Amino acid sequence: MKLRIIVTLKNGVLDPQGKAIQHALAGLGFGGVQDVRAGKIFELDVADDTSDSAVDEMCRKLLANTVIENYRVERAQESQG
Amino acid sequence: MKTAVIVFPGSNCDRDIAVALEDVTGVKPHMVWHGEASLPDGIGLIALPGGFSYGDYLRCGAIAARSPVVRAVIAAAERGVPVLGICNGFQILTETGLLPGALMRNEGLDFVCRDVALTVGNSQSIFTSGYRADEQITIPVAHHDGNYFTDADTLDRLEDEGRVAFRYAESVNGSARGIAGLLNAQGNVLGMMPHPERRIEAAHGGSDGRRLFEGLLEAVA
Repeated sequence: MKLRIIVTLKNGVLDPQGKAIQHALAGLGFGGVQDVRAGKIFELDVADDTSDSAVDEMCRKLLANTVIENYRVERAQESQG
Repeated sequence: MKTAVIVFPGSNCDRDIAVALEDVTGVKPHMVWHGEASLPDGIGLIALPGGFSYGDYLRCGAIAARSPVVRAVIAAAERGVPVLGICNGFQILTETGLLPGALMRNEGLDFVCRDVALTVGNSQSIFTSGYRADEQITIPVAHHDGNYFTDADTLDRLEDEGRVAFRYAESVNGSARGIAGLLNAQGNVLGMMPHPERRIEAAHGGSDGRRLFEGLLEAVA
């Protein structure tokens, strides 16, 4: 089973990296980019019987730092039908 | 006093802290590799050194915080053994949860490597008894991710409880409330971004860092 875990900074947490990217985009002539938030994507290939709670624990214990980051899990298999 | 320095792949201040500890205590520290499951007996201080443990993969300190030896460090900290985390060591301590909050990319995005002025926020702890409250000292920093963040309620609580050991006396990295060094609630764990081990003798340009180690030795002796 393939999982995609998306980790982003929480709202209200300043993202200097995102700000720098936003300025770079403006410098390239892309006006109207109001905000950029940088994040991370993890692609996991896990055993089919991996429980939701186990995946949630992976996120909380390691993949995301929940002091500053949110995470969401997407299951790639669902879209494959 | 017997001391231990934890060494991770990518640590690069382990030798500096070992020299500082040996100089002040007169005893060579135990260098403990990250894969060890336990610490030597009778350790009076555990140091988590600066550097780039595990290449800063995932987040600074994140992998080190889950390493076998750090489980032993957490257990020791919970028994009251003093733990000092410097720079990457501070990042590791926040990742373990022994200290609250997180250290994020510097506000200006630059790696900051220079002497900075600090104000001593709390001179009552075992780590800061060598200083006077509100005294200004100079200690170098060298980091890319020292921008301390936590929510406003936690910041208020940390300040009320006197847990801000050191504060930047100038603009450095965007750290919330200028926090440069933080104590745990019990006062036996200190995390700080500045490097006291790089300021222990006249050849370093001063010895404000040395007083941390001397004060600690006196406080726990």
